[in-house]
Amino acid sequence: MTLATGKPVLLLGAGSDIAMAIAHVLAGQGHAIQLAGRDPDRLKADAEDLKIRHQVAVSTHRFDVLEPETFVSFFDGLDEVPHAVISAVGLMGDQDASSGDVDQLKLVIDSNFTGPALALEFAAKKLSGLDADTAIVGISSVAGDRGRKKNYVYGSAKAGFTQYLSGLRQKYHGTRLHVMTVKPGFVKTAMTEGMDLPGPLTTEPAAFAKNVVAALQAKKHVYYDLRWRALMGVIKAVPEPIFARLKF
Amino acid sequence: MTSEAELSGWGRWPRYRCRVESLGVDRTGLGKAASIARGLGRSYGDSAINQQRTLTSDRLNRFISFDPDTGMLVLEAGVSIGDIIATFLPRGYFLPVTPGTKFVTVGGMIASDVHGKNHHGAGSFGDHLEWFDLLCADGNERRCSAGENSALFKATIGGMGLTGHILRAGFKLMPVETGWIEEETIPARSLEHAIELMEQNLDRTYSVAWIDCVARGDSLGRSLVYLGEHAALADLAAKQRADRYASKARRGKRVPLDFPNWALNAYSVRAFNELYYRTGLRKAGKALVGWDSYFYPLDAITEWNRIYGSRGFVQYQCALPLEQSTKGLFGLLEEITASGLGSFLAVLKRLGPQSQGGPERLLSFPLEGYTLALDFPRSDKSLALMDRLDQITLKYHGRVYLAKDSRMSQQTFEAMYGEQVDAFRRARRETGASDAFQSMQSGRLGI
Ligand SMILES: Cc1cc2nc3c(=O)[nH]c(=O)nc-3n(C[C@H](O)[C@H](O)[C@H](O)COP(=O)(O)OP(=O)(O)OC[C@H]3O[C@@H](n4cnc5c(N)ncnc54)[C@H](O)[C@@H]3O)c2cc1C
Ligand SMILES: NC(=O)c1ccc[n+]([C@@H]2O[C@H](COP(=O)([O-])OP(=O)(O)OC[C@H]3O[C@@H](n4cnc5c(N)ncnc54)[C@H](OP(=O)(O)O)[C@@H]3O)[C@@H](O)[C@H]2O)c1
Repeated sequence: MTLATGKPVLLLGAGSDIAMAIAHVLAGQGHAIQLAGRDPDRLKADAEDLKIRHQVAVSTHRFDVLEPETFVSFFDGLDEVPHAVISAVGLMGDQDASSGDVDQLKLVIDSNFTGPALALEFAAKKLSGLDADTAIVGISSVAGDRGRKKNYVYGSAKAGFTQYLSGLRQKYHGTRLHVMTVKPGFVKTAMTEGMDLPGPLTTEPAAFAKNVVAALQAKKHVYYDLRWRALMGVIKAVPEPIFARLKF
Repeated sequence: MTSEAELSGWGRWPRYRCRVESLGVDRTGLGKAASIARGLGRSYGDSAINQQRTLTSDRLNRFISFDPDTGMLVLEAGVSIGDIIATFLPRGYFLPVTPGTKFVTVGGMIASDVHGKNHHGAGSFGDHLEWFDLLCADGNERRCSAGENSALFKATIGGMGLTGHILRAGFKLMPVETGWIEEETIPARSLEHAIELMEQNLDRTYSVAWIDCVARGDSLGRSLVYLGEHAALADLAAKQRADRYASKARRGKRVPLDFPNWALNAYSVRAFNELYYRTGLRKAGKALVGWDSYFYPLDAITEWNRIYGSRGFVQYQCALPLEQSTKGLFGLLEEITASGLGSFLAVLKRLGPQSQGGPERLLSFPLEGYTLALDFPRSDKSLALMDRLDQITLKYHGRVYLAKDSRMSQQTFEAMYGEQVDAFRRARRETGASDAFQSMQSGRLGI
């Protein structure tokens, strides 16, 4: 698909390295950029950088995915309705803390699933009202493919988000709104800083972003790196009695 | 936040396991554990390495402002010149000074006070710098310029990261009409001829000579001298006009693996030098060349440093004062050819005076005269040869470039940089930098 030349793209959770890298690719193609995050002041330096490099209009906005009551006014408050909305909002959380405490659990579920799902539902409604090709992109995770001891709170939230996006895609099938799910494996970002990541399965944000945008333009439904698709295919195929005993 | 990595300079020797963090994030610990800033690791030796705390500037990669009327650019210190060119050349601006690779950061360019092929007329990067913000040992940021914190300004330009961490900088880009360079190649029969040609062409913007450092006797120092000017729009033929800023990216080739250590030997080096010179003779004359192949010929081969194999290599670069240049260069070339350790190519460049608009600096490398640079695969023999080259350089009152050094002794360094060393040490002591900023190089040289 091709978004109309110059039309704005909105990034939710714009401070994420993945979101920012996607913003650079799209700004490089001439799109205006709307950056939204909890602390818009922190987005100012990146906004200036995007403007200088790509000579496009860039704005910053306050957006907290845990405040659904603000979503309507948030979308209505944008100067221009974006032609694409991309959510990178997510929170890994601490598995032990979030599996033992209802507030912590809710925080992870709401940050990865209910919050982003509702925000994109609202966005879809707005975008589908435009007389143009538009897109919704939700960044989920391979962690949603199968629950593991290490991160099943985060994983189940992402699983919910993945299924939600799948339903949203069906809902808008046949319209000019395209819905794409992104399932990253390992990307070198603030979220994974300090983790010992396996080189061959790890991507730099800039390369990852290029692939995501190319996938969107090729109208893919799910962007899922080939190596990860293969690996998760195997992991999903392991029978439950054996999987329960695995340690990874 | 923290990770571990094996680090080396571009010469891939020496290597150390280091704790690596992002620069500019944690400011509280500056005084507690010594650290050193690191850009893209294009210095050849151990100047951007600290085993306990190496701080990389990769997240300081944003442009802050640009004024098209004056060319004034403000940016974070980790931005590379490749990024600057990609962003601003299509708008008609280029760097006032550039080293021979675009994979360097602005922080690294300040810390090494880099020079380019236009040093004889334009000075080094420090001559074009308006200011920078320095994160000092006390955890505070200081704006440094000719008028503000000027002692730190002087010490930091060419100061190899040893006065503090550079966070942001401001300097002016230079307007250019196109991204093409009008290059003129002139063969020189001998070293004297090469020097004569360079002296005759001091009014040209760019000049550099590539010396065949295998040729002996009357041909000792035979070279190809390259002169260059920024081409105006009117100089371009239709073909180049269609690509005014020469922006069609060259496709990079990657050296896929370490060459075996024996791949580079006296025979392959001799053959290469001969071939290079012969090809140059055929191409003598004028040609229009894109900026990328003109300024950054080696960048086309990603990781070309692997050609030297796992043992790594060392670059020897020294500068000799003008009156002593011819004698000194003869001495160096004779020693090198006699050793049989010929290098792929040696680069000769005419340097102008040290300060050309900027402040007097303490450890900055350039001095009016000639600089010679050549690569040697690391071996006991080549290291011993470089010790002998040090003695020749010293005899003619020259000095070695710290950005290329990985092996000099403290004694040699002190003899070469003289009183400037004490002044630099004093500047470090006064600001608490001696304890806060240290590299393997500063330890080795006792800076
Ligand atoms: C192929 C090639 C060609 C070259 N040609 C030239 C040339 O023509 N002329 C020339 O002058 N040099 C040349 N060089 C050397 C190169 O320009 C310098 O070594 C430069 O400093 C490298 O920049 P860097 O960002 O890679 O810095 P690094 O190598 O990472 O660091 C170099 C020094 O800068 C310091 N430093 C880096 N960032 C900061 C910061 N933010 N704050 C404080 N200190 C910092 C480090 O502590 C270290 O002392 C060349 C190098 C290569 C590989
Ligand atoms: N990196 C990986 O390997 C990887 C792998 C699989 C999936 N992912 C997913 O990719 C997306 C981007 O991740 P990343 O790696 O770039 O990490 P990141 O920097 O942690 O990104 C997460 C983003 O979500 C934002 N966010 C969190 N809670 C929010 C809230 N309540 N309201 C609004 N924004 C909120 C964060 O904003 P602040 O800046 O304000 O904190 C941040 O911008 C995430 O959804 C993540 O789950 C990443």
